[in-house]
Amino acid sequence: MNAAFYLISGLAVAGALAAVLLKNTVHCALALTVAFAGIAMLFLKLGAQFAGFAQILVYIGAVAILVVFAILLTRGSETPKDGVYSKFPLTGLAIAAAVFAVLGWAVLNSASVLPGVGTSAAAPTVTVMDIGNALMSRYVLPLEIVALLLTAALIGAVIVAMHEKEEAN
Amino acid sequence: MNPLTGYLLVAALLFAIGLAGALTRRNAILVLIGIELMLNAANLNLIAFWRYGPHPEALTGMMFAIFSIAVAAAEAAVGLGLVISIHRHAHTTDLDAMNRMKG
Repeated sequence: MNAAFYLISGLAVAGALAAVLLKNTVHCALALTVAFAGIAMLFLKLGAQFAGFAQILVYIGAVAILVVFAILLTRGSETPKDGVYSKFPLTGLAIAAAVFAVLGWAVLNSASVLPGVGTSAAAPTVTVMDIGNALMSRYVLPLEIVALLLTAALIGAVIVAMHEKEEAN
Repeated sequence: MNPLTGYLLVAALLFAIGLAGALTRRNAILVLIGIELMLNAANLNLIAFWRYGPHPEALTGMMFAIFSIAVAAAEAAVGLGLVISIHRHAHTTDLDAMNRMKG
């Protein structure tokens, strides 16, 4: 626990709050990028270089761009006249607060606060080569399934969003 | 407070923020943004447990996080494709206005 951790997690939480609270949808997408960058920095701080850079490439590089494209294609940047929140925002807020209370209570009462747990000083030295070896040996079946899933999702997304021919009516 | 607890609390806070966004916003794209934030919070938990767990050299938590990122990318692509398709059909992304399943 040091200043860098507080700074980075503050950035991530501020970005997430802005992504959820801002009125303009394009601003929300930009704030979401900040939150993703903060989480990627937390990954890097935890010593997970590969996951951190995968996070930057996939989330900041692809998902944020997809969100911006979806906002532009649906003209979602226009603020609706009857507000940006649903009919029962307080119920949603109460549920989220209750979930956070339960999670926080569980974390603060778990074994992770015991002395000696969760304080290993030396970061594990895992190179990209180790990850590649693991992906090609022990985790090769999940890797192939993910490849199939991504292909199916790509084809499915294109088919779902494809412009249908006007039916004769 | 040790480092692991700090990361777990940050992840819980991000999850709650994402859940609040998914539950309170009208725009379907903003709901997807909330879901993405929740998935990221889960990934942060996985990486934190990998870093401070007993056997980091086994790479289990790291692999979970990498596969979770891949599945989340597939989810985002299909979800946003659905939003675009619904917008073309119903000319709205307002979830309160999407109240019929008939095409």
